[in-house]
Amino acid sequence: MSRQYETVIGLEVHVELATKTKIFCSCSTEFGGAPNTHTCPVCTGMPGSLPVLNKKVVEYAMAVGLATNCQITRHCKFDRKNYFYPDNPQNYQISQLYAPICRNGYVEIETESGSKKIGIHEIHMEEDAGKLIHDEWEDCSLVDYNRSGVPLIEIVSEPDMRSAEEVIAYLDKLRLIIQYLGASDCKLQEGSMRADVNLSVREVGAKEFGTRTEMKNLNSFKAIGRAIEGERARQIELLEEGKQVIQETRRWDDNKEASHAMRSKEDAQDYRYFPEPDLVPVDISEEWIEEVRSRQPELRTEKLVRYKEEFDIPEYDAKILTSSKQMADLFEAATALCGKPKKVSNWLMVETMRLLKENGQEPEDLKFSPEHLAKLVELADAGTINSTVAKEVFEHIFYDDIDPEAYVEEKGLKTVNDEGALRETIERVIAANPQSVADYKGGKEKALGFLVGQTMKEMKGKANPGMVNQILKELL
Amino acid sequence: MELMELTAAELGKKIQAREVTAVEAAEAALKQIKERDKELNCFVTVDEEGALRRAARVQEKIEKGELTGPLAGVPIAVKDNICTEGLRTTCASKILYNFEPPYSAEAALRLEAAGMVMIGKTNMDEFAMGSTTETSYFGPTRNPWNTEHVPGGSSGGSCAAVAAGECSCALGSDTGGSIRQPSSFCGVTGLKPTYGTVSRYGLIAYGSSLDQIGPIARDVTDCAMLLEIIASHDKKDSTSIQRESYDFTSALQNNAKGLRIGIPRDYFGEGLDPEVASAVRKAASVLKEQGAVVEEFDLSLVDYAIPAYYVIAAAEASSNLARFDGVKYGYRAEEYEGLHNMYKKSRSEGFGAEVKRRIMLGSFVLSSGYYDAYYLKALRTKALIRQAFDRAFEKYDVILGPAAPTTAPRLGESLSDPLKMYLGDIYTISANLAGLPGICLPCGKDRKGLPVGLQLLGDCFQEKKILQAAYAYECVRGEFTLAGGVCSTRTETEMERSGRE
Repeated sequence: MSRQYETVIGLEVHVELATKTKIFCSCSTEFGGAPNTHTCPVCTGMPGSLPVLNKKVVEYAMAVGLATNCQITRHCKFDRKNYFYPDNPQNYQISQLYAPICRNGYVEIETESGSKKIGIHEIHMEEDAGKLIHDEWEDCSLVDYNRSGVPLIEIVSEPDMRSAEEVIAYLDKLRLIIQYLGASDCKLQEGSMRADVNLSVREVGAKEFGTRTEMKNLNSFKAIGRAIEGERARQIELLEEGKQVIQETRRWDDNKEASHAMRSKEDAQDYRYFPEPDLVPVDISEEWIEEVRSRQPELRTEKLVRYKEEFDIPEYDAKILTSSKQMADLFEAATALCGKPKKVSNWLMVETMRLLKENGQEPEDLKFSPEHLAKLVELADAGTINSTVAKEVFEHIFYDDIDPEAYVEEKGLKTVNDEGALRETIERVIAANPQSVADYKGGKEKALGFLVGQTMKEMKGKANPGMVNQILKELL
Repeated sequence: MELMELTAAELGKKIQAREVTAVEAAEAALKQIKERDKELNCFVTVDEEGALRRAARVQEKIEKGELTGPLAGVPIAVKDNICTEGLRTTCASKILYNFEPPYSAEAALRLEAAGMVMIGKTNMDEFAMGSTTETSYFGPTRNPWNTEHVPGGSSGGSCAAVAAGECSCALGSDTGGSIRQPSSFCGVTGLKPTYGTVSRYGLIAYGSSLDQIGPIARDVTDCAMLLEIIASHDKKDSTSIQRESYDFTSALQNNAKGLRIGIPRDYFGEGLDPEVASAVRKAASVLKEQGAVVEEFDLSLVDYAIPAYYVIAAAEASSNLARFDGVKYGYRAEEYEGLHNMYKKSRSEGFGAEVKRRIMLGSFVLSSGYYDAYYLKALRTKALIRQAFDRAFEKYDVILGPAAPTTAPRLGESLSDPLKMYLGDIYTISANLAGLPGICLPCGKDRKGLPVGLQLLGDCFQEKKILQAAYAYECVRGEFTLAGGVCSTRTETEMERSGRE
């Protein structure tokens, strides 16, 4: 490859909002009901039914807009996007084209060469479609409208990203902001966050953008990374061969690590957008914006600063603690209960992260309560249990959210502080290990550790390690 | 037949006075339907069993004193584009020939709450697209004054049923004149309320920004009473408006004194049948004699209303009717290969020619590259028309004119030339574009014995003004009889036609 290429990427990110009810009717948004049980005439497109806007959707969209430095459109409107597909019961989607709720925002991401602003072109509100289920046995297709009408926002970025790393940093930033706002759980795997990648390449220094393609079906950060690398390579290869990139929509197959064309620009549908006549424009007042702004929770950037100032947590640790809302919430709640931020942080940074990794889980999957973590910190701190026992108890908290106090009591795991009992055991250990005793006396400090270990083993791990050390030295 | 000669208000009074039961009233309507509807075809579905069951229940409640409304027990017909739970609602289309809605329209629920007894669903132009009730999949409705003629449309079934005494009153819907024009052709009184006054929830949409449900009845009083029942602020319809008052009947005072009435000169130009013009002018002079201030003025922009309307209504319809695809309910082609073929065949076979024409027109004006030139321009025209009316209503309380350029045309005369048919909507369409209320009531007959309608338009939320003017005129005019005794023969009408020539 003689020429140098630059990749230009813009994203369209769909986020399912965490409202209790759908965007245009009062059906539940709950995931996983039996097919067509969370439905009504409105979300199944019955003749004569009419949409009524869920105010909470507007507030979540505003909250995301404010957190991403957008302008809020004061007189925002809905439009109809017309296309035929069976998962779309009206054969049009109520969306926003002409006056989306948020415009001209940005988020800042960290890159190798420092921080970088990624522009947000617009954020608009729209409804989700139902789901098609293909019954290959019966050779037919069935439609489940439970998801039909679940509220979405679509966040359209400017073409400001230049690499897979920047894309992932941008997505991670969005995910965190939205999670902190409580507007969505943003799970890529479950589809509550979906990203379409618009990508083109051009020679370094070129002023014009190259022809772009749109990549769909990206279900994880890893898939996004692979898809970007794959598409970049594909487009460069075409250009190097003197061919042209065709403007088209492609579908990524992560198993094959390759994409195939879905439809070209020529077959692109004309959606015949026009203003939705069944809804009135949404007038957003200054007061409403201020009200939403005043309810904005503390976001990650603010937390990073506060953790350092208030709890003296190092930046690296604070970043991990705030890498998910779940983790940060756990940290703050447990700290508030036990007043020991560093100890709490330590449990989360070390044991929690280890167990998450072992189980292939994300911080969003954490389900133990801050009360139990706080109690554990206190038990360990008071010397009621030693660190070995504490680690064992923590695993039970992690998996089953047990109450550590009750558990320690029930299993008899309290540290033995009884000097008489310790002295007796240590004497036995000394008698049984003359070689180690001789080694220690001969100047081998390591031998002491072995004897401590033997004592702990005898005491089933419950001995107070400080006392064991002290008595051993004394007796030797 | 006697009971069906009464107005809804008179019948309601007799029912409250225990002189007549709701069941007897329903039976009288059903008997009249049996006698006349084979010929007239006003109904798509007559719900005899349901009507009698509902009437019995209503009667029980009346006797217990639970239903004391003035129209409790009165039989009413509902246009077949208004959803009624469990009762087939077809829009007079093959594509919905078997559709039973799982819910009732808000307007239908309000009728039920008032104790009115629905007896069936009335015929209409398919999806309310037409001016003659000839585009119905279930065959045309005939005008009870002369069965060689159309009843008008699209609420032709409702208007003809009221005119023939097959029900005491009815609900229609009006997107471009669909209540007022057939009221004019059938010699009944129909009112299109201000946009947002009656909930559209459950009204199968044609042109969402223009559609309004309204009352069709024997006289102005019945119209006002029925409007009081169906008008409401409904949270299920975002375009529904909370009005200051839902009282309409207090406007029924025989007093036109001081009412400022404007007659647009533009409405009396080319194309208006001289007989219609003279009947309408005569009505205006009656109001003048009653003390109204009547003068002529130039409304302007009248010629732009029809193109603007057909662009906006068709655009909305092309999207509103997309849901009829054979997937979820209604007609599905019997044989097809794959999804797209199923869509194509179901819709090709399920929709009639006029509906297809408007879907194509609407899809065209919304297409990229044409949107600005057609749809946006039509929206701007709509705004200008609204401004022209605003200026007029600074000077006048009521705008008076004809509802249609002619009396009812003969069956089969209109469909061959759709453009000409569209032009017939010229006097009614502007009210929908501007959201205004309008009423049409009979003001005479032509030489053929076909009724002529008088249209009164008011400013938004000024239904009481037009009701007042209409009532004052009606008091002088006197009762306008049912189209019962009229019997048509071919030779008679042909003679009349040659006489006119």
